[in-house]
Amino acid sequence: MSDVQKKTFVVTRFDPDRDQVPKTQSYEVPVEPDWKVLDALNFIKDHIDPTLSHRWSCRMAVCGSCGMLVNGEPKLTCKVALSSYGDTVEVAPLPNFPVIRDLVVELDGFMEKFEHVKPWIIRAKERAVEDGPMRQSPEELEEFKHFSMCINCMLCYAACPVVANEPEFLGPAAIALGHRYSLDSRDEGAGERNRIFRGEGTVFACSYANECSEVCPKNVDPAAAVNQAKLKAVIDWAAGLVLPRRAEE
Amino acid sequence: MTEVLRHDVVIVGGGAAGLRAAIAAVEADPGISVALVSKVYPMRSHTVSAEGGAAAVARDDDSFEMHGYDTVKGSDFLGDQDVIQYFVEQAPPELTRLEHWGCPWSRNADGTVATRAFGGMTTKRTWYAADKVGFHMLHTLFQHSMRFDRIVRYDEQFVTKLLVEDGAVRGVAALDIRQGEVRAILGRAVILATGGAGKCFPFTTNGNIKTGDGMALAYREGVALKDMEFVQYHPTGLPGTGILITEATRGEGGRLFNARGERFLETKPEYGVGSKLELGPRDMISRAIFQEIRAGNGIQGTFGEYVHLDLTHLGRELLEKRLPFVLELARTYAGVDPVTQPIPIRPVVHYMMGGVDTDIDGATELAGLYAVGECAAHSMNGANRLGSNSLTECLVFGARAGRHAVGHAKDSGDGSEDPLRRQVEEEAARIDGLRGRAKGSEKLTQVRDEMTQAMESGCGVYREQASMRSATETLAQLRRRCADVALEDRSRVFNTEIVAALELVNMIDVAETVAVAALQRRESRGAHACSEFPGRNDREFLHHSLVYYEPAGPRFDKKDVALGRWEPEERKY
Repeated sequence: MSDVQKKTFVVTRFDPDRDQVPKTQSYEVPVEPDWKVLDALNFIKDHIDPTLSHRWSCRMAVCGSCGMLVNGEPKLTCKVALSSYGDTVEVAPLPNFPVIRDLVVELDGFMEKFEHVKPWIIRAKERAVEDGPMRQSPEELEEFKHFSMCINCMLCYAACPVVANEPEFLGPAAIALGHRYSLDSRDEGAGERNRIFRGEGTVFACSYANECSEVCPKNVDPAAAVNQAKLKAVIDWAAGLVLPRRAEE
Repeated sequence: MTEVLRHDVVIVGGGAAGLRAAIAAVEADPGISVALVSKVYPMRSHTVSAEGGAAAVARDDDSFEMHGYDTVKGSDFLGDQDVIQYFVEQAPPELTRLEHWGCPWSRNADGTVATRAFGGMTTKRTWYAADKVGFHMLHTLFQHSMRFDRIVRYDEQFVTKLLVEDGAVRGVAALDIRQGEVRAILGRAVILATGGAGKCFPFTTNGNIKTGDGMALAYREGVALKDMEFVQYHPTGLPGTGILITEATRGEGGRLFNARGERFLETKPEYGVGSKLELGPRDMISRAIFQEIRAGNGIQGTFGEYVHLDLTHLGRELLEKRLPFVLELARTYAGVDPVTQPIPIRPVVHYMMGGVDTDIDGATELAGLYAVGECAAHSMNGANRLGSNSLTECLVFGARAGRHAVGHAKDSGDGSEDPLRRQVEEEAARIDGLRGRAKGSEKLTQVRDEMTQAMESGCGVYREQASMRSATETLAQLRRRCADVALEDRSRVFNTEIVAALELVNMIDVAETVAVAALQRRESRGAHACSEFPGRNDREFLHHSLVYYEPAGPRFDKKDVALGRWEPEERKY
């Protein structure tokens, strides 16, 4: 290509087999004008240093694998253009997660949080397949649709100041997902999830920082989900006081 | 000491087909224990990238007969008709199950599920959730699967070998990518659900993980790969990246134009799409675009020539509602806004019609081994798959294979563990020897690039005898050179270089079967367009292709097509 430009990538490296602490390594990469940050990492892997470890797959901002810290901000590296950065680009693993190696972080803790919110349709009586699809109006779909767009890229956990202090905090994506199911007209599990959300380290631990929604690459707005979930958990609890029949325990 | 884990059913792959199989297995018998082994976290599986929809009869003006006929005709009469009949009948209940599990299907005003038009389908039967259908189906299945404690996940575990003893599969050897250990995951039935092999080609819609792993695992244990010559080029990928722009764009009314502003599918009847125009089948539209470019009617761009997909007449409101992902992709990856500008597109490798040879239950000729989804050929897609049939296929045959695998597991004994343990120890030693293998004169990326180039020049949209032959020769050489690739990464922890090296061997095995099968088929049918033999030849080639692994080189064989309901006829639209 004509206007080949070079950029320096300062990449955080860590191999638990040999390193006590993470270090950085610089790579000079000839970049194409249309490249995303991920393209440069793949160039390093393919042509400069095959020992660099990072996750990626779809390269179209939907599989959620390639979240990293780019110049200090959580980014989906396949979506963010290199042209928005200067001559030096720093790439590090997402903060607030244990690092496995180089740019790869540990997700098992998140997977547990994810499962904790019961992210599935809960019904007192399951509908038979023979009864066909349930009806759901476009308006009912609209109620929860954008909260169902989360790709689990973890940028919101990396940005969340509460997660930074309390790693056990249920966190934005998991709360948004639980809330998504509670808002679904086909679901009857809001009561169960409200009880989960009234537990320690869940919705009320949120400090309204809104960082999660700012970094979300899919405009899911998890901060709105957390706020709505808080309100629902409170109303549900208050209703339980007024109507003892529905009170828990 | 090698760790040995034991389950009843082992599923390799956590995309739509694998997850559906897992759920069906535990539903068939709540006491059954299922291992779901994936080289990525399941929500990263490539199902996530499917956009346009999933087909199932839903409207009063539709019927199983029509869906069946469309699929048979789309397959250029190479699909097995009993399999297709079962598929169309099971499609509506399967999509209904997904609805009950929370899939956010788009809706009509009355609350019923909305359907859209798709290529080669006579009526609107493609269910959709805007244009992120694969994403929503995958997440719905994955989240629903979490209800079942008996589905035990092994995330980021790369299966490198099937464990076979006494003529039956008994489990898998899996490399734990995070720890570097190889362990045995035993099961009395194994279901392969690893998806396609688009990364055998340089220009593909497929994600980085689509390296034909399951196909290669089965092939190396003596199971045939079937109909591998049929590689689907999707007509509309973004130049450069190959990112998919869904067929739903045309289902919603999108049009294709060449550099002269000519709607070539309308002005040139020789492309064979008739009044379907942009909703013709994928093989025909990809060839039409290719010919336009070859005739000098393409538009010159940084990444070669392309044509235009125009959506501007559809209006912002419809695009934002039905095709929001297309807007995001075109703006982010092509720098154009489809509301006001046409999208540059060109045909791109998308899907393997072929795969592991199975029967209607997903069972292979190796006892206990099943295959489902894109890695399998049941065969319902024949020589050309219709868009939106494959997501449904993952559900219909995933569920069926899941149930049958449970039946098989219950009827089979555990046998002795010792020979399996030995196999895994050998496999662990092999992988240890590979890790950081500094000696070797070949570069992994170089061999990989040469493989993809050979596939593009030999097995592209149009194929010639000489280039196919040369591809088979190149691939045979690359297989040998692959054994001499130098690896630098010595770490046991998250060593992606060794995974890439193992994937490369898988891709070369699969690529070789594509080239070998293509060379044998001296006719043009579906996605296989052979320049020297431009017509379909039912007298000699109305059969499935089988390729078997032999140490000396692939062995070719054939198999009858199940006909009986729809007679082969000229494929005209």
